[in-house]
Amino acid sequence: MNQMMNLVLKATGETLVMVFFSTIFSLILGLPLGVLLHVTSSEEQGGIIPKPLLNSVLGRIVNVLRSFPFIILMIILIPLSRLIVGTSIGTKATIVPLSIAAAPFVARIIESALKEVDPGVVQAAKAMGSTNAQIIFKVLLPEAMPSLVSGITLTIINLIGYSAMAGAIGGGGLGDLAIRYGYQRFRPSYMVAAVLVILVLVEVIQIVGNKLSARLLASR
Amino acid sequence: MRITLKNLKRDYGTLHAVQDVSLSIPSNKIYGIIGRSGAGKSTLVRLVSMLEKPDSGEVWYDDERVDNLSKKDLIQKRRRIGMIFQNFNLFSSRNALENIAYPMEICHMDKAYIKQRSEELLSLVGLEGRGDAPISTLSGGQKQRVAIARALAVQPDILFCDEATSALDPQTTRAILALIKEIQKKMNLTVVMITHQMEVVRDACDYVAVLDSGRVVEEGKVSDVFASPVSDVTKDFLSSGTNVSQSVVRWSTEPGHYTLRFRGQATDTPIISRVTKETGALFNIRAAGVQTVNGEDMGMMVLDIGPDEETAKIAIEKLKEGGIIVEATK
Repeated sequence: MNQMMNLVLKATGETLVMVFFSTIFSLILGLPLGVLLHVTSSEEQGGIIPKPLLNSVLGRIVNVLRSFPFIILMIILIPLSRLIVGTSIGTKATIVPLSIAAAPFVARIIESALKEVDPGVVQAAKAMGSTNAQIIFKVLLPEAMPSLVSGITLTIINLIGYSAMAGAIGGGGLGDLAIRYGYQRFRPSYMVAAVLVILVLVEVIQIVGNKLSARLLASR
Repeated sequence: MRITLKNLKRDYGTLHAVQDVSLSIPSNKIYGIIGRSGAGKSTLVRLVSMLEKPDSGEVWYDDERVDNLSKKDLIQKRRRIGMIFQNFNLFSSRNALENIAYPMEICHMDKAYIKQRSEELLSLVGLEGRGDAPISTLSGGQKQRVAIARALAVQPDILFCDEATSALDPQTTRAILALIKEIQKKMNLTVVMITHQMEVVRDACDYVAVLDSGRVVEEGKVSDVFASPVSDVTKDFLSSGTNVSQSVVRWSTEPGHYTLRFRGQATDTPIISRVTKETGALFNIRAAGVQTVNGEDMGMMVLDIGPDEETAKIAIEKLKEGGIIVEATK
């Protein structure tokens, strides 16, 4: 029992580290991509710097990355993980494919949140002499903030799921625990404990995200 | 600031939104541009306010051509104009005060100055103390007041109002128009007001241009245009303003349908009775109304004149002598 507690705690810590850093890195990759996807879209869709070719190329890349099964993406990205963190197994190594898998998802979420911004407001900002950068940082992103928070919440929850899958190829964390102890060593209690912790994590993040988004909306 | 438009044209595919519009908008006046929906008003204001470039033609602010500015100059020039909209277009992520601060922030003005100036503007539009109000808690009229304050923040030379009162009830409309008039005088602004409401032109504007199918069909001082409209579109707008609509008038079966227009002193004299006495003509009044334009009374009357053409002709001569404009209606 004590051993299980220790293992579950350690695995939870690993999962949290993986999810935390991959959220940050996927945002670093996905946020600019999402903004770029939106601003280069056609004028009818609210693009402020329409660039049809760039937009469709970016859209394609995002779609291809998103349609890749995560488990395969992880294997393909083993050399990249080795290049960046020096190893291809363990928590640190898993952050690389997790971030790359989540980035296109983040990009689409950011894009759709920005599309919801009232075009009239953007037009007003433009009429006042805002530069494109000012429109993006002072208008689009702040106006879309409640949807952005919901979208990021969704991303974190997705990453928890992905991180559990990463356990299958030795990524550490709760998924790893469930597979190695629960499945391969026939100890269902480990499996149940890991799944329960994941459930609690998802629930807590969802609640916090909802609260945050609702508070942002209420102050408007 | 004076605005001159020369042969402006703008197409969207096969739609000729604005075709060959030339206008001269005088400095420090309120200039109305009226038209039905689809007449090209919105496109025209987007061209004049540099939000869009015309396919051909020129836009001049005083002696500077502004329709072909480089991107950098365009941004600088836009910071010298103010604009308000039908849907207010305020930032929901900012409270009232922060909305007013925005145009000054993007010009990188001093923070303390921005704060002080925003408060000043807030009280100018009659909203002192409401600076920290979230936008959604404000009424339509209050939102438009915040929008006006925001538009005036950088002390613009021109204020564009794009259907600024169309989403407001009549009472709020009057209050907002009064505010715009007051500010126009105080700040020496050139105001360009796009609208489909004749009441707005009547109550607020000095000059008016009537737009139809992308062309200016009539233009001039509001009192002149109201007293003697030339185009059918203008006449239509005028009858809606006086509640005298030609389409709802039930004409008699007799011939001789006329519209009379009279202004100023003529509204005070019992001219119809006098003409009846003098000529024996019979008037059958179908509809009538009087409205005030720039402090001058403008009347309109729709009537049949009988009993025969001969008498009617003499009666019309008499009416014209009395300074009344008589139009035969089909």
